[in-house]
Amino acid sequence: MSDSPRVLIVGAGHAGGTAAALLRQYGFEGPIALVGEEPIPPYQRPPLSKAWLKGEADEDALTLKPAEWYAEAGVDLWLAAPVASIDRADRKVTLSDGERLPYDILILATGARARPLPVAGADLSGVLSLRSAADAEALKTALGPGKRIVVVGGGYVGLEAAASALALGAEITVVEREDRVLARVASRTLSSFFQDYHQTQGVTFHLGARVTGFDGVDGKVTAVRLADGATLPCDVALVGIGALPNVELAAGCGLALADGIVVDGEARTSDPAIFAIGDCTWRPMPLYGRELRLESVPNALEQAKQAASAIAGRAPPPSEVPWFWSDQYDLKLQMAGLADGADEIVVRGDQAAGRFAVFHLREGVLTAVEAVNAPPEFMGGRQMIGRQARVDPAKLADTAVSMKEVAAGQ
Amino acid sequence: MAKITYIEHDGREHEVEVRPGLSVMEGAVKNNIPGIDADCGGACACATCHVYVDDAWRERTGKASAMEESMLDFADEVEPNSRLSCQIRVTAELDGLVVRLPERQH
Ligand SMILES: Cc1cc2nc3c(=O)[nH]c(=O)nc-3n(C[C@H](O)[C@H](O)[C@H](O)COP(=O)(O)OP(=O)(O)OC[C@H]3O[C@@H](n4cnc5c(N)ncnc54)[C@H](O)[C@@H]3O)c2cc1C
Ligand code: FES
Repeated sequence: MSDSPRVLIVGAGHAGGTAAALLRQYGFEGPIALVGEEPIPPYQRPPLSKAWLKGEADEDALTLKPAEWYAEAGVDLWLAAPVASIDRADRKVTLSDGERLPYDILILATGARARPLPVAGADLSGVLSLRSAADAEALKTALGPGKRIVVVGGGYVGLEAAASALALGAEITVVEREDRVLARVASRTLSSFFQDYHQTQGVTFHLGARVTGFDGVDGKVTAVRLADGATLPCDVALVGIGALPNVELAAGCGLALADGIVVDGEARTSDPAIFAIGDCTWRPMPLYGRELRLESVPNALEQAKQAASAIAGRAPPPSEVPWFWSDQYDLKLQMAGLADGADEIVVRGDQAAGRFAVFHLREGVLTAVEAVNAPPEFMGGRQMIGRQARVDPAKLADTAVSMKEVAAGQ
Repeated sequence: MAKITYIEHDGREHEVEVRPGLSVMEGAVKNNIPGIDADCGGACACATCHVYVDDAWRERTGKASAMEESMLDFADEVEPNSRLSCQIRVTAELDGLVVRLPERQH
């Protein structure tokens, strides 16, 4: 169709790749260009710290679509092509090599990058982070039996990598600034459960510990230095202290920003011709009546659906309850909702047996669930959160009442 | 390669060749077949890859694990032939497999 708008997607990651695929699924026939900085087609990051790192998944399992798919679907894929700037008046983007590409509709899907640790020695070889397939490749090469790994940051990426590295025979020490792991993203109950579990597997923890620098010999890291004077000898230091949204392009062309590119419920930015999706966005969350930035695949997919639906003229997709998963050892963690603001916590199941869920309630309404090896609790909980259901805490805590019953009966 | 037919809820059929070793979910996603969301990419964590296995194929696709069973329990419109397609590994024996897709995954 000659009158179809030209769609240009900046960032060929999980959100960008999915938006291109959905536009075609939704029958959009206009030209689509997908422009990414990385040298490979869109892929999934979650396995990079899990199955892929342990050697249980190959490249093929990582890729979103086979390399041939893009040409077959009429998606013009530009790889190793960082976008340097956006000219909103002219509706063109400029690549770092000076090439200019036109658009009628722009989708920013630039994701986030690993937060750097600004201390001496951070540029030594062997000080790694984990965001891209290239990062993961470097980490995997450095792992192996007897290798000493210090993980800086006890968040999901750090703990997952720790579990995977341990499976490969490495010795793991985790350094965390807060007094517990997963401090920003999980309840105390969950934090202490995960810490205990990692300890049982042989991981050593330094909590409330600040990294002041890395020591090295011949340009290669040899130890991590802590503020209390301790030094932790290591072969590899993996820094996993969170991610920063890639908002520079949006800032450069004057789009509204918060902790991310500000979008509405259709994933539209302050410029109606520009959408933004995924980790780089600051988005509304109607269920909780506030805005926030999420770093998760389900969020990237939901916003890809919103943008593709708006562009293809389809009804907007139903709004989803935010959720996330993490695999460590034989533990499957699934969580849904947002726990902040909760005034009551109900634990259901048996922590000692490694099968339980922590429910968060606010004024009797379920707002979040954290489930460990407990799919019914996660699934039932997620549905109840979406319905803003009132729950009876006594019933919820009673494993003799099935989750189906709890979810059905109010 | 194994030939797999995915039938969308509105009856549209997609017949594709899938490499053994991939899952039935991956066969759909990599061919951009609408109707399977697969939010978790095959981690058995989301239940958005729900399919109905054609009766002739139920035995050969095997039984759901306890984990899969308990996820399916909460999916919409579950039937006795419901499966999570990320948990069905494609093998040469599944050449000819037919699965139907539900109206929605969310
Ligand atoms: C190790 C790891 C494990 C994870 N595990 C989970 C998990 O278990 N569950 C879960 O839900 N989420 C997980 N996540 C998070 C999830 O991967 C992200 O939320 C998801 O990738 C977000 O997709 P995105 O497209 O917004 O960003 P990305 O996938 O990061 O894609 C952004 C792309 O844009 C490119 N780009 C940036 N700037 C430019 C530019 N100027 N020009 C061109 N291209 C540019 C980047 O190079 C990148 O390829 C994990 C992440 C990591 C790193
Ligand atoms: S893809 Fe998530 S459960 Fe199958």
